[in-house]
Amino acid sequence: MILLFEQLLNGLQYGVTLFLLAAGLTLIFGIMGVINLAHGALYMVGAFAAAWVAIQTGSFWGGLVSGLLASALAGVLVELGVMRRLYARDHLDQVLATFALILIFNQSAVMVFGRQPLFTSAPEIFSGAIEILPGLPYPTYRLFVIAVGLVVALGLYVLINKTRVGMLVRAGATNRQMVRALGVNIQGLYTAVFGLGALLAGLAGVMASPIVSVQVGMGDEIILATFVVVVIGGVGSVKGAFVAGIVLGMFDTMLRAFLPATLQQVMPGPEAQALGVGISSMGIYLMMALVLLIRPRGLFAARG
Amino acid sequence: MKRETLGLLVVFILLALVPFVAALTGQASWTRLVGQALIYGMAAASLNFILGYGGMVSFGHAAFFGIGGYVVGVFYHHFDAGTAFLGIIPGTDQMLITLPVAIVVAGLAAALVGALSLRTGGVQFIMITLAFAQMFFFLFISLKTYGGEDGIMVRRTNSLPGLNMKDKATLYWVVLVFAAAYYLFLRRLVQSSFGQIIAGIRQNERRMAAMGISTYRYKLYAFVLSGMGAGLSGALMVNFLRFASPDMMHWSRSGELMVMVILGGVGTLAGPFIGAGALFTLETTLARFTEHWMLPVGILLLVVVLTTKGGLMALVAKLKGRAE
Repeated sequence: MILLFEQLLNGLQYGVTLFLLAAGLTLIFGIMGVINLAHGALYMVGAFAAAWVAIQTGSFWGGLVSGLLASALAGVLVELGVMRRLYARDHLDQVLATFALILIFNQSAVMVFGRQPLFTSAPEIFSGAIEILPGLPYPTYRLFVIAVGLVVALGLYVLINKTRVGMLVRAGATNRQMVRALGVNIQGLYTAVFGLGALLAGLAGVMASPIVSVQVGMGDEIILATFVVVVIGGVGSVKGAFVAGIVLGMFDTMLRAFLPATLQQVMPGPEAQALGVGISSMGIYLMMALVLLIRPRGLFAARG
Repeated sequence: MKRETLGLLVVFILLALVPFVAALTGQASWTRLVGQALIYGMAAASLNFILGYGGMVSFGHAAFFGIGGYVVGVFYHHFDAGTAFLGIIPGTDQMLITLPVAIVVAGLAAALVGALSLRTGGVQFIMITLAFAQMFFFLFISLKTYGGEDGIMVRRTNSLPGLNMKDKATLYWVVLVFAAAYYLFLRRLVQSSFGQIIAGIRQNERRMAAMGISTYRYKLYAFVLSGMGAGLSGALMVNFLRFASPDMMHWSRSGELMVMVILGGVGTLAGPFIGAGALFTLETTLARFTEHWMLPVGILLLVVVLTTKGGLMALVAKLKGRAE
């Protein structure tokens, strides 16, 4: 029971990370209509910048600020240099150009930081553990990550539903042409949305940096799960990204934690272990296929 | 028409001479490189049929490539161990059996994936094909009997009656004949009424439907045919490299196949082969100079996508137009 609760919290923390990535990606998808495979690279940029600065200065908070700055800067540069030319192109060109960006980002990271992963630790005040249930100490830093994710979700909700910029963003996700026709500076809006998405991806990377090993390719692994979240949640819907992110994060963590052991009770030996791990990895993709077959546009599709 | 046939014949003869040239110049690796490029070209050409002619952006094509390869690997594994697949189907190392089975199994997988994926479109189609490919990828990783992540070593190339398949040059020529046959098959296919319908669906699906054509069924047929081609090329690749691994189905492999199609020219017959050759040559040449070869490849790809419409084939046509 305690193990289950612990894994639920782990799932929540993973889900929050997925939400941070998916929120930006779904807005970029919904408003500009581009598929950005390189979103994971921005996550990697944030993680690398934060880890490197944290190692050099010994300050997690310095790393946090530089990670956010680096990813937002990289995002704006990518938008100005590449994305801007892709809005009018078809999906195929977008997939390929951003695939090329992944190659460029990954290889540049190898050249700058090498292939050895970087390791950092959580900031001092969050380095301990809190006993949240009798007999269950839980790392404070992971709770902090969950809290940050929820605060950002709330902030995004307010930004999108209560401000003028948010109104434009919502309008853009519903009908791009109409917003342009009404005389809104759509170029500026695009750059801002892309920068915001990059910032959120960078935040996800910074938050993850003390938990996972910071290495080249870390973005490629999580970006596929992020796409699953975006598609299940419905392209363009931040609410969908939140719901799907949390649900998928928990679902994935639960499968990985309990399926191999469950299979071992009905099947013999190491094969059950391997099969369990394999099926757990397939879980989120299976879920996406099921959701798309029932609701081809996702759960909370923004565009009718 | 005559001129095109002549050109194809010249290219075929030149390619057939590659093992001799390699032997004369002492560059034995050339045969292997050109052979691999030909097989990738077949895989890219099969993708091009749905992507270029049919307008279906499938991001999971490597799955069928890998499945075809695994058929050869699994047959060899049971042949080597003297066991039977599922306790009924014995192993074999006869290419005349393994290749057709690889084509059929990849086709069945494509029928399953296509039947479900084609109910969506646009971004969702790209993502759901990617999702299915990931499922196959993780499925094969979890099969410990067949090597899990490490894959299957196929110690001996499948045999064909009357040929010494251990000889590298012979194997290369077999691959060349398959590639040429597949090229001719695709040429026939895109000119057929079926190919015309597929192209029509790309241009305006609603209009084709209004003409009374069941577009879903035709798209599914095309998807299956394309998967079968990928299965054939995967089976050839495993014979050629004597190795099958889940890496063949990794999503970056699907990306690479798309890169080959784009680089060569979408919706052209020779484009995928040219693209595969170009990418493969580029990768191997750059890898000789620097371990960071992915950076120039990425930059080049970005430039090609952003500045040209139609890839290398369009570039050639442009230069030709200027010369005439």
